Amino acid sequence: MAQATRKKSVAKTADAAVSARIAAQSHFRTLRLGTPFQPRLDALAKTQDWYNWAGYHAPHSLWDEELEYFAIRSQAALFDISPMTKYRIEGPDAEAFLDRVTLRDVTKLRPGRVHYTAWCDDEGFVLDDGTLFRLSPTRFRLCSQERHLPWLLDSAIGFDVIVEEETEAVAGLALQGPTSFAVLRDAGFAGVEKLRVFDLAYFPHDDTSVTISRTGFTGDLGYELFVPADRALSLWDRLMAAGELRGIRAIGYTALNRARLEAGLIVANADFTTAEHAIRADRLRRPDEIGLGFMIDPRKAHFNGRRAILEARAKRRLRHVLVGLEIEGNIPAEHAIVYHRKHQEVGLVSAAMWSPMAKRNIAIASLARPYGDTVVEDLWVEIYAMRELQYQKLMKRATVVARPFIKLDRRTATPPADF
Amino acid sequence: MTSFDAIVIGGGHNGLVAAATLAKAGRKVLVLEAGSEVGGAARTEEFASGFRVSSIAHLLNRLHPDVVKTLELETHGLQFARADFLPSVALAMDGPALMLHGAYGEVLTGASSSEQSAWKDLRAQLLRYAGILKPFLSRRPPDLAGMSLMETAGLGQTALALKKLGKEDMRDFLRVLLMNVADLLDEQLEDIRLKGLLAFDATLGSHLGPRSPTSLLGLYYRLAGETGGAAGAQVLPQGGMGAVVAAIRAAAEKAGVAIRTSVAVARITVEKGHAVGVALDSGEELRARTVVSAINPATTFLDLVGPREIDTGFVRKMKSIRMKGDAAKLHLALDRPPQFTGADAAAQKGRLVIAPSPDHVERAFNPCKYGEFSPEPVLEITLPSLADPSLAPDGACVLSAVVQYAPYALKEGWVAGKPKFLEAIMAQLEAYAPGIGKSVVHAELLTPADIEMRYRMPGGHWHHGELQADQMLISRPVSGWSGYDTPLEGLFLAGAGSHPGGGVSGAPGLNAARRIIAMKG
Repeated sequence: MAQATRKKSVAKTADAAVSARIAAQSHFRTLRLGTPFQPRLDALAKTQDWYNWAGYHAPHSLWDEELEYFAIRSQAALFDISPMTKYRIEGPDAEAFLDRVTLRDVTKLRPGRVHYTAWCDDEGFVLDDGTLFRLSPTRFRLCSQERHLPWLLDSAIGFDVIVEEETEAVAGLALQGPTSFAVLRDAGFAGVEKLRVFDLAYFPHDDTSVTISRTGFTGDLGYELFVPADRALSLWDRLMAAGELRGIRAIGYTALNRARLEAGLIVANADFTTAEHAIRADRLRRPDEIGLGFMIDPRKAHFNGRRAILEARAKRRLRHVLVGLEIEGNIPAEHAIVYHRKHQEVGLVSAAMWSPMAKRNIAIASLARPYGDTVVEDLWVEIYAMRELQYQKLMKRATVVARPFIKLDRRTATPPADF
Repeated sequence: MTSFDAIVIGGGHNGLVAAATLAKAGRKVLVLEAGSEVGGAARTEEFASGFRVSSIAHLLNRLHPDVVKTLELETHGLQFARADFLPSVALAMDGPALMLHGAYGEVLTGASSSEQSAWKDLRAQLLRYAGILKPFLSRRPPDLAGMSLMETAGLGQTALALKKLGKEDMRDFLRVLLMNVADLLDEQLEDIRLKGLLAFDATLGSHLGPRSPTSLLGLYYRLAGETGGAAGAQVLPQGGMGAVVAAIRAAAEKAGVAIRTSVAVARITVEKGHAVGVALDSGEELRARTVVSAINPATTFLDLVGPREIDTGFVRKMKSIRMKGDAAKLHLALDRPPQFTGADAAAQKGRLVIAPSPDHVERAFNPCKYGEFSPEPVLEITLPSLADPSLAPDGACVLSAVVQYAPYALKEGWVAGKPKFLEAIMAQLEAYAPGIGKSVVHAELLTPADIEMRYRMPGGHWHHGELQADQMLISRPVSGWSGYDTPLEGLFLAGAGSHPGGGVSGAPGLNAARRIIAMKG
């Protein structure tokens, strides 16, 4: 009997251990995580049009794609950027570490400033692009599309620096549009008018502080706000209350994606394939091939990919170029093939739209050099327009034009106007 | 201050070969050696009063003929005749030893006649196959990105050699290439003493047992070496390994190489992706157009260059080179020559191997996988003072042995483990040479941890990186950078960590120098 009892208790302990293990593995039961703003998004999600952003529940649209877009351009749009991958990089060597990992000169990035940058592997192929926030002389936040912790940790060998993912701990909001400044001011963020483009500062919020930077992905007047995840909802409510009379609206990605295209901004794994995702060898891209050549500074200290990038330049091994196109007509040329003289395939459109702001039919395309580089005449795109179950093939002339496609004075005016 | 075209870091034999070759091509070369004398792990050192021994490497079996020729080493006193070839002796605890005479067993004695003929066939086959691999194991690895005409022609020659084998033989070559040595031996031989010896030779210096996949490659590596024009031949250099290095040093100095000893390099100076010189521990800065590192590749990049000047992917690769040694070195000062059971006078002067069967070698390897030393280790023993009395006082004797397996990262730590391991070794020796224990005047055991400290070999690994299929040829020291040049312009690798690997061959040093000359560095 005693034996039997003991056996039972052993079995019980084993059961407890197994259920504890199962409980710890329950992550797979939630296929897409909610962000800290999920209760607010759920309440507004009339279209229930969700997609997967880096493992998070994110809205394509909440109520109306078209009107959400116009909220960016004529009111204030609130977009949840919490799923964006965020890394805290801190320590005496944080600056040197980031200067080695990323392309642009981090020694020139002052505390309280943000810059757009990218990083490459040894062969100079782009791993990702993102924004780097210098929160203090020794503390940074790196935001990106993809996850990079193993790469960043291996890059930290030999540096006195801590690299830690803070995607879950930090909630983020983009507040974009002409009235965004007025919303922040009315919400009581005193001094926010002093922020110039790419400045950041800390503001008190709900016993903690919110980091507000004058940055965004729309080419418009706008801000990004980062706050500890447990203060996310109070920040949302504060902005919504203050913005009620300024037309504040929550939006989804479709609207943002249009705004970013007008601003001429590229998206990793949409306009180019990141090096760790590319399976085919010819899909890899060096910065010069996706319009990021301006980031390369051969005079700064060593950075990942330097040797390969400079060698590719010297040996003229750059095979592609990313360009802005203006296409005749008004039919968006999404994923259209680009031709030279209407017959030779020279590239592909990765994003396209009729721009309500520019009143032009615009696109971003990757072309095989020399097309788009030295040969820019006689380029065409072939648009397949579906018209009642029949494709109408349109061969439209495309002209290489400068990006951004729109330039708004309100984006840079400091202090911003009170719309 | 004198200025130099090239600075060679590390005065091991490869560093000296690289320096001499560069100097002969007209470069002004300076060699910097951190130790008090050159030679690295190929020195003759006094380990007890009146007793001298070859420090780590004690047998010469792969000094590359091109090195001998380029450096004219014969004029510097390095000459070997057939009479110098050393037999290999498979010791047995009871009964006569089995002996491989001449160049790796041209004649086998102590075995049955059927075993002798089986060995004759196997030896011919092994040498034939090693011959195919030989060019790969000596030349610069093929550059997959941009192969030159010469390289393509070289590969073509190998293809031709393969074809010349005939269809059956070529198939068999490919079949056995990555096999484990134990299975191959079981296919062809009967005598476990002979199989034990070959299993030992195949796994010597690597983290492999005879039944580990690819362990046969180690035997090919050995047989790709030659001495006096005979593949697989081995000699004990008069005066110890230090004499070989002395000849290389003499050749280097005659060619105008300047050598500074007791000079430790603190870092390699890098400016805009170019190595432009070195800074010494003393603070002194030296500049040169070319910097040649003949020390460990990981030490070169992680310590001397530093991760800041190289790319993350390259750091990753350098950090993941496996180089934890499993071989210890034992030096015994004996008051009289030992008598190994079943070994006659000729055998006593040979290479005495305690590896009674492949199973024994495999069992010796097993604990080392889990951070423990072999309780019954396998040994390669030489008694160099028998042929060269200058190494020991009158009537006394020097014993030099390579002992496996002694894992670098011993779980209990070498401070506690070393006396226990020495005891295990002595027990093994006592079993094969009764009475040897009483004749010991002084014993020096160098564990991989000691070897690391004393000879600046990370992991105490004499190949400066495991010599296994995944770390050979185009993957040595790391994939993408196997051709002696490095991601830093003007910096080259020339040590055993580079292709083809370790052993006193001079091949990495020679190949590196040739590469530098070809690149006009």
